Amino acid sequence: MKPCNYHDARRGFLKKSAAIAALYLTPSSLVKAFAIESVVPKPIAKEKLTITLNGKLMNLEIDARTTILNLLREELNFTGTKKGCEMGQCGACTIHINGKRTKSCMQLAISNQNNKITTIEGLTNSEVLHPMQAAFLKHDAFQCGYCTSGQIMSAVACVREGQAKSRDAIKNYMDTNICRCGAYQNIVDAIEEVAKTGIKI
Amino acid sequence: MNKKNTKSIFWEDERVDGADKVTGKAKYTAEHNLPNLAYAVFVTSNIAKGTIKNIDTSKVLAMNGVLDVIYFANCPAVPGYNTNAADRPKNVSEWRGHKVLHDNKVRFFGQPIALVVADSFENANAAIRFIKPEYEAEAFETNFDKARLNPANLKPAVTYKRGSDAEVNAAASVEAEFNIPIEVHNPMELQATIAYWEAEDKLLLYDKTQGPKSTQGLMARTFGLPEKNVRVIAENVGGAFGSSLRSWSNVPAACIAAKKLNRPVKLVITRPQMFSLIGYRPQAWQKVKIAANAEGNFLSINHEAISNTSRYEDFREGIVDVSKFLYACENVNTKYSLLPLDLSTPIWMRGPGEASGCFALESAIDELSYKLKMDPIALRIKNFTAINLENKLPFSDNNLQALYNYGKEKIGWKNRPSVPGTLKENGMLIGYGMAVGVFGAGKGSASVRAVLSNDGKLLLECAVSDMGPGTTTSMSKIAAEAMQMPIAKIKFKLGDSDLPPGPSQGGSGTTSTVGSAVDLACKTLQLRLKELAIGYAPGFNTLTLDVLEVKNEMVLSKADSSKNIEIVSLLKLANQDKIDLTINSTGKTPAQLKFTSNSFSSHYVKLAVNPKDGKIKILQVVTTGDAGKIISPKTARSQMLGGVVGGIGMALTEKLEIDHTTGQISNASFGSYHVPLHSQIPPTDVWFVNKPDMNVNDIGAKGIGEIALIGLAAAVTNAVYNATGKRVRDLPITPEKLGFAKAKV
Repeated sequence: MKPCNYHDARRGFLKKSAAIAALYLTPSSLVKAFAIESVVPKPIAKEKLTITLNGKLMNLEIDARTTILNLLREELNFTGTKKGCEMGQCGACTIHINGKRTKSCMQLAISNQNNKITTIEGLTNSEVLHPMQAAFLKHDAFQCGYCTSGQIMSAVACVREGQAKSRDAIKNYMDTNICRCGAYQNIVDAIEEVAKTGIKI
Repeated sequence: MNKKNTKSIFWEDERVDGADKVTGKAKYTAEHNLPNLAYAVFVTSNIAKGTIKNIDTSKVLAMNGVLDVIYFANCPAVPGYNTNAADRPKNVSEWRGHKVLHDNKVRFFGQPIALVVADSFENANAAIRFIKPEYEAEAFETNFDKARLNPANLKPAVTYKRGSDAEVNAAASVEAEFNIPIEVHNPMELQATIAYWEAEDKLLLYDKTQGPKSTQGLMARTFGLPEKNVRVIAENVGGAFGSSLRSWSNVPAACIAAKKLNRPVKLVITRPQMFSLIGYRPQAWQKVKIAANAEGNFLSINHEAISNTSRYEDFREGIVDVSKFLYACENVNTKYSLLPLDLSTPIWMRGPGEASGCFALESAIDELSYKLKMDPIALRIKNFTAINLENKLPFSDNNLQALYNYGKEKIGWKNRPSVPGTLKENGMLIGYGMAVGVFGAGKGSASVRAVLSNDGKLLLECAVSDMGPGTTTSMSKIAAEAMQMPIAKIKFKLGDSDLPPGPSQGGSGTTSTVGSAVDLACKTLQLRLKELAIGYAPGFNTLTLDVLEVKNEMVLSKADSSKNIEIVSLLKLANQDKIDLTINSTGKTPAQLKFTSNSFSSHYVKLAVNPKDGKIKILQVVTTGDAGKIISPKTARSQMLGGVVGGIGMALTEKLEIDHTTGQISNASFGSYHVPLHSQIPPTDVWFVNKPDMNVNDIGAKGIGEIALIGLAAAVTNAVYNATGKRVRDLPITPEKLGFAKAKV
């Protein structure tokens, strides 16, 4: 998992829950192969989590095994962030954590004490679309729309990090995000246009 | 959607639902929330075939939040699971395919054998590890390549023959075998169902389906309910490509659990389960033999195919059909057999049948062109036919020649080396290839409700779905054109079985079928408006229907446009708050049935092969479509672009791997089943003939979804041959198949 700002409470928690986390994040086929006999303790204690989600401070009580992705989608009703594989392979769940693009299915929520999380819903607070959203709309950079949130969050990071200097550079950066409808060319068109305007996004 | 899109900076043809998709507001199946929702997760089999002796659920039932483990021993009776027709009520029909949770038989590796239901996703997911099934395994067969060699394993062939075996005068012929592996749709949205029994006999489903009406009917017949008591909502569908054309095990399983627990249940298929539970393009072996005279006229085509199905269901597609009608050839023989294996059942995947068939046929024609020393495009033109020789009907329209002209020019066909392996740029072998695609252009029946309100807004409704092509956009455009009114005032509502019946979205038929119904609804609406104008508008009482027209939100006289009345004012005058009508649009008219209708495509590929290691880089693609009138140019272009991406995956990377010692799929993830990524996609040009085909329907439009992909893989393999002189007939073309020495590190 990606390193992030450690917090005392989180560190303490990690010790007691490492086994649970490993169990949760490991594909079931592998776990079966190891024939784990122990049973998850009962009851599962709720853990306290403080995050800033799209600019709003939230004090939450969460299941320690939940990922940010599931916290967003199942608990907080922020369903703009999509679940595509839960293996960190498709990029549909891409969000920003402390400004860095991150696959939210690969992040235990509890590992994100005091972190600032931005999802597609919080990309802009204004009534007008974020320039990247507008560019995706203009260039028809999607069909079904399911990978779109993740593509846009990656695209914004691509431009912010200065990785959008050429079409090839954009493509390489965006290889983290699968679009099965095949809107790739339009996605690159959208990112290239936003990057060329030079506006701060 | 509360974020305004700043209209001025957008093209006017942006998707009408696009803003919801770029802001994350569009809701997909699993994103609906119901009070007291329970979470279900499938436990799947670890053997390919056999019997489950027992499932020890004791530990799991004691676990945190676990509500139930449903499996064959405790699964409530499902009326449609009853195999005895005499015992089934009249409104129940037997469930086709695998009856999930019903019996103790395992039919394929990864089959759902139990359903864990818990109060949270975490609790359900934690519990599935501790389910302990005991099996009695049986011998199984998953190896297509091996099993197809024994004729006893094949189901009886379906054959077709016309003419004779006219090979006597052949100047050249090609006989070759082609292999396509299992490919998996893998839409980005996971298959999902939320089931809720609102009453004992009333079922609400949020379901990822391409056909809300077909799912509604199926579940009503499975559970013995009146159709009106089942409501299926599929507002947004996150890609499907055919995989959601039928209801898979997730639908009855969620219904069973919701009924048993008397609370709503959400069941989301995992990505690995998407590989084994949600269908796939079947593996296929094909043999094509084409003979031609010295002028290039095809004398005979023989096309033979075997594709796999499951052991418990037959799945058949139009794999050899293209050879019967695409070219002018009097003598055609086809033969198609199914090979049952211990796998789950395949399903139509984008360009079903034709995508596989065209790969073989279009590759063989390319091969023949080299033997005849003819340009492959010239060879195709030589064998052009305006009449479908299978059913002897003229094509409603066929503009392949125009496609060739555009594609040749745009790809730079004149630079193509006539001798393969002779063009080099920067140390790379360069090749050009092309191929044709074709798919039927049908028109079915659909109902559309049109509600024109006295605020001037038009609402249209039909229970079709939109898996991504932009159905809401194209239907709104058809209505805007028919009514001559701004698209911003039109809303097309779909994805709900409570709406007037519409088709499943599939087989490239939505625009033709539903579009025709929208057109008819708008024309009916205009008639009503004219009648109202004559009845109520000052000075209109002497006018007749034929001298009136409806446009710019007014009813007006054709001869004197100063004689007009705004629709809004007219409705107020007539004291009507709305006009609300529902029309039924039926299939083709007798006049339209005098033609056979198809959409056509041709694809052009320029690529580079590294002679050191055989790595292929596609440099440019030109894709062209002949699909009648293009209703929505922007979304139509996107569909074609998507077809190219899918075709590149088919050609270069996609292959399901099965470990035949266990029957397990060994690459059930995006990490090991490689769909195309950003960096693999070349600059692609899209072009349409864009000529209305009025012999198909009143709107002149045909489908695009399938032809976008059909033929693309052959264009790639043909270009690889042109670059290297190496003919690869087994997809995908991975570098080692080209036989170049590996680069020294």
